[in-house]
Amino acid sequence: MSYVLIIGANSDIAKACAREYAKNGYDLYLALRDKDRLNDFKQDIEVRTKRAVKLLELDILDFNSHQGFYNSLDEKPLGVISAVGYLGKHKEAQKSLKETRKIIDTNYTGVVSILNIIANDFEKRRSGFIVGISSVAGDRGRKSNYIYGSAKAALSAYLSGLRNRLYESQVQVLTVKPGFVATKMTEGMDLPQRLTAQPDEVARDILKAQQSGKDIVYTKWIWRYIMLIIKAIPEWQFKKMSI
Amino acid sequence: MLCTAWGNYPKIECKRYKFNTIEELGEIIDSKSPLIPYGNGRSYGDSALAHHIIETRQRDYFIDFDEKSGLLYIEAGVLLSEILEHFVPRGWFLKITPGTKLITIGGAIASDVHGKNHHKEGCFSSCVKEFEIMLPDGKIVTCTPKDTPNLWRATCGGQGLTGVILRAKIYLKKIESKYIRQTTIKTANLKETFEAFEEYSDMPYSVAWIDCLAKGEDIGKSLLMVGDFDSDGELDYRLKDTKTIPIDFPVFALNSWSVRAFNMLYYGRVKEKISKQRVDIDTFFYPLDAIGDWNRIYGKRGFTQYQFILPKESSFEGLQRILKEISNSGKGSFLAVLKLYGKANNNWLSFPMEGYSLALDFKIESGLFELLDRLDRIVVEYGGRIYLTKDVRVSKDIFEKGYPNIDKFREFREKNGMSGVFESLQSKRLEI
Ligand SMILES: Cc1cc2nc3c(=O)[nH]c(=O)nc-3n(C[C@H](O)[C@H](O)[C@H](O)COP(=O)(O)OP(=O)(O)OC[C@H]3O[C@@H](n4cnc5c(N)ncnc54)[C@H](O)[C@@H]3O)c2cc1C
Ligand SMILES: NC(=O)c1ccc[n+]([C@@H]2O[C@H](COP(=O)([O-])OP(=O)(O)OC[C@H]3O[C@@H](n4cnc5c(N)ncnc54)[C@H](OP(=O)(O)O)[C@@H]3O)[C@@H](O)[C@H]2O)c1
Repeated sequence: MSYVLIIGANSDIAKACAREYAKNGYDLYLALRDKDRLNDFKQDIEVRTKRAVKLLELDILDFNSHQGFYNSLDEKPLGVISAVGYLGKHKEAQKSLKETRKIIDTNYTGVVSILNIIANDFEKRRSGFIVGISSVAGDRGRKSNYIYGSAKAALSAYLSGLRNRLYESQVQVLTVKPGFVATKMTEGMDLPQRLTAQPDEVARDILKAQQSGKDIVYTKWIWRYIMLIIKAIPEWQFKKMSI
Repeated sequence: MLCTAWGNYPKIECKRYKFNTIEELGEIIDSKSPLIPYGNGRSYGDSALAHHIIETRQRDYFIDFDEKSGLLYIEAGVLLSEILEHFVPRGWFLKITPGTKLITIGGAIASDVHGKNHHKEGCFSSCVKEFEIMLPDGKIVTCTPKDTPNLWRATCGGQGLTGVILRAKIYLKKIESKYIRQTTIKTANLKETFEAFEEYSDMPYSVAWIDCLAKGEDIGKSLLMVGDFDSDGELDYRLKDTKTIPIDFPVFALNSWSVRAFNMLYYGRVKEKISKQRVDIDTFFYPLDAIGDWNRIYGKRGFTQYQFILPKESSFEGLQRILKEISNSGKGSFLAVLKLYGKANNNWLSFPMEGYSLALDFKIESGLFELLDRLDRIVVEYGGRIYLTKDVRVSKDIFEKGYPNIDKFREFREKNGMSGVFESLQSKRLEI
């Protein structure tokens, strides 16, 4: 067993993770909606590291395909990283159930659907790691993105329960909570430079936390403390604020 | 958004453009010019600065590698450090590398950079087989010295003024160790330093650290470091975490006393006249990369590097005069690097020529540019020139005297529709 499965592999954070894991000796399954988009990237990793890279098609919203997708892997992965996410258009989601569901299903239902399948397999064989990329946005709901935030909160709660269940079977579950990251999701936003991580920094934090058996990692690390403060603000005060 | 390069001077308002596809790049060139490509911002001055810049760093795919010939095919945004990270463990090293590994392939070609082995291997272009470049009309040309000699001569060293380099094929060299056997020679004055350079000219790598604040008899005292790769099979290379300098230093931190103290310590540490060490790649080639953003020690106002070269015949006299001028001024740097170069190549704006080059850092302060103007006059008087990739202030007149091929370059740019499309602050200042 040498493969790590990365879901949502066309994400900038996922690509940085792919390079980081390949560099450290792992082969890769990269799963994404449109696999031809990563042909050049596959080659990039192969030239850099000589590791094997396989591209696979997966739509996280096509729930019915998930079992078949996992069954089709000849060699089951050592571990899985899910980077799938959708920030969505919050203003539109306030009015449209369609957009709301897309945000919830992409960040939560779809990820849960595939991780359930993988968790069952890992539990049975009593090994593996599951890395879920959630967000600091799930730590407290804010008016500007609480639909995305609540889906990430649900994902964090799911990962916490999953960790609790799989502890007995020695399967590691890592919840990743990035703050701001400079990726295509945040392109064009005016992010505070000092609080914004680059994808390769996030990938290094993930690898390190995963390899050292951590449960939850904030990245950049300072976000743990920022969120401590934000969570400590009393609700009567918080409801009046714009942050 | 404020943009700047390694010297943190000047800082200018600018718009940055990224491209995901070739078509997008074509549109940006079409609609946002004049603009200039920006690699990793390790040039010191204003070569990569303009109000509109095209970022190339994110174009960082490795495309192919031929184990037999050592030919590596990569995109122009790949950093030298990424190549080292993946290829040193497999027994390969860069044929030519400057004193930092944190530059892009595009930047290496556009400045036709050189390293400690210039006297043996020449400039970066000599390890490039070909590169692909997007020209002002959106066409992508594969440029080789044979098929498109003028585009080659204009682009290698051309400071991004001919187009956006997209990909390149470069040759790596085989190594058998990540260690270098280094010999350090302590010299007492400029004459001894020159003699030592000549004596060790067969060594593949050489460079000297010179004490710029030495006076009188001592002028030119140096530590010359020469070396070659070991052959012990030890190739376990990993990029080290860098230390960072968290804030800009206050300006007073770097007065001439602290510089003097630093120079004395560095020089004083070496006791014997000739000593031998075994050091790793990072210590030997990239000592400054160990501290992440060391440029911040020069404070908010920033700094510049003054690098010039003099023809070999006039080097001794010219350097003595320049060192005296610097020493009298009381301004000077941590770093003054002296090196004997090999022959010039045919590229129109490449910096190296056969002779001695000196590079020193100065913090930006009043009186500095007057001093540098005085040094400029000595440089051209002795037939020398200034390195564009370090420069932020040289005058058009001084620049032109140093680069006899400048008019060929200008004509080429004019003829191919490059002028007005690719422009930096530097190209405007110098009317390149
Ligand atoms: C600590 C340190 C040590 C150094 N030592 C040396 C040395 O020993 N020898 C030496 O020669 N240089 C040295 N340099 C200078 C450095 O190697 C050059 O300035 C190099 O060009 C920087 O590359 P970059 O990728 O950071 O490019 P930038 O600084 O971003 O740009 C430099 C120039 O390249 C052009 N450019 C960048 N990318 C492209 C592209 N894709 N297509 C077209 N044009 C492009 C820009 O327009 C600009 O004119 C040193 C710099 C530092 C900071
Ligand atoms: N950037 C930040 O500031 C930030 C902060 C906190 C958390 N995060 C989280 O980090 C993770 C990675 O995001 P990123 O910043 O790297 O942004 P990104 O590049 O936009 O990544 C999101 C990925 O999810 C994929 N995706 C969306 N819908 C999908 C579907 N139906 N099926 C399969 N894949 C789908 C996207 O695929 P396509 O590429 O095909 O569109 C994209 O690759 C996300 O979970 C995000 O929520 C990001």
